[in-house]
Amino acid sequence: MSDYNFAYLDEQTKRMIRRAILKGVAIPGYQVPFASREMPMPYGWGTGGVQVSAACLTPEDKLKVIDQGADDTTNAVSIRKFFERTAGVETTERTNEATVIQTRHRIPEEPLTEDQILVYQVPIPEPLRFLEPRETETRKMHALEEYGLMHVKLYEDISRHGHIATSYAYPVKVEGRYVMDPSPIPKFDNPKMEMAGLQLFGAGREQRIYAIPPFTRVVSLDFEDHPFEASKADHPCDLCGAGDSYLDEVITDDAGGRMFVCSDTDFCAGRQDAGYRGRLNAEEAA
Amino acid sequence: MLDDALSGDFADAPREAARAFRAVLDAMARPGKIVDILGGAAPAPISPAAATLMLTLCDGETPLYLAPGHDGAAIRQWIAFHIGAPIVDRENAMFALGNWAALAPQTGFPIGTPEYPDRSATLIVEVDALTSEGAHLTGPGIESEAHLSLPETGFFARNAALFPLGVDCVFTSGSRLAALPRSTRVEDR
Repeated sequence: MSDYNFAYLDEQTKRMIRRAILKGVAIPGYQVPFASREMPMPYGWGTGGVQVSAACLTPEDKLKVIDQGADDTTNAVSIRKFFERTAGVETTERTNEATVIQTRHRIPEEPLTEDQILVYQVPIPEPLRFLEPRETETRKMHALEEYGLMHVKLYEDISRHGHIATSYAYPVKVEGRYVMDPSPIPKFDNPKMEMAGLQLFGAGREQRIYAIPPFTRVVSLDFEDHPFEASKADHPCDLCGAGDSYLDEVITDDAGGRMFVCSDTDFCAGRQDAGYRGRLNAEEAA
Repeated sequence: MLDDALSGDFADAPREAARAFRAVLDAMARPGKIVDILGGAAPAPISPAAATLMLTLCDGETPLYLAPGHDGAAIRQWIAFHIGAPIVDRENAMFALGNWAALAPQTGFPIGTPEYPDRSATLIVEVDALTSEGAHLTGPGIESEAHLSLPETGFFARNAALFPLGVDCVFTSGSRLAALPRSTRVEDR
């Protein structure tokens, strides 16, 4: 063990965060202000998610951290090491083994169970912020359930591009009341937000915590004649052949060569272990 | 239960509080679910679950209301030593502790404001027993339906109608605990 308090934060701070989380769970989709602390990492690296995770972790937990679906990128590796050192918890890369999953901008492909908590890192928690910069005004708009501006924004998308061009951080309405920013997850992931696990959102720089309890209605905003569509690259994964997972496009040379691979590395590796092969992987094996 | 104001705290505060919080979080995220929560002990008649809950969530920043029956010199000493929460009247309380009848009128507690619905009280309600039967619950956190033995249904139905305003309730009995956030719709059936 290290000389840090369990899970880094002091107990007073954890109580404050825990109270905010409970109010967030009681009011699904509402952004609860909290006294965000400075963390030993820069803003934008998940300081909000890390504080929420620190307040939730118990010594028995198994933690998984993903960054854009990947377990092996800098952000994911450093946060995993941070909690290994300060909380002494076990970590894993397997979605089904984890009890707490901290994520940056993806929901794992494998459906979560009710024993799992998904903690999102959120950069800008206010869905109305780019439409109305004043916090006093957006707060009033949420209080009055005045979300017309958001529909105007989506409508302008349609009039300009012929379809709703928003492809990530696609706004949702939670339990018929609060319009919420799902963090910059691709809109492909939006339908997964109605899940058995508990979802917690932490925005460190903006000092907000919000939550979606299990089995809560989460509806992506749309129009009757332009219904919401969860889109992805129209391609199977080049490594595991999955046709139903969210894909990253990877440029492989300077002559226009490219490949599509699952953004969820654990999902892709699990399929490859089970013998599934994609277009490029099969060639290598041959 | 104890009569010594200096004992009853967690032996290993960071870890025990973490486990206790996860139990409360589980209960709040799944209304009607009954969880076990252990580690704290306070003077009678405060249950171990309520004592553990206060040690986990309350401190000098959380004004606390003590209902008749859960007030007294021994209890105030214990709270002053372990928690440090200021004891206030119901209009200023962030947390309240007591039996359901003693907490009346429950409408006197803060329910938040339209801009800040989180600035509302959390009631810690001591009950004789907790069972998964009785009032019919639906809403966020409940897949189809749940049942929980509630002291009444009228108040909770009216409280849910105030959403997103309202108070949140935690029911404690012995070392067991269940929660009823304002988002849960409560019916008699």
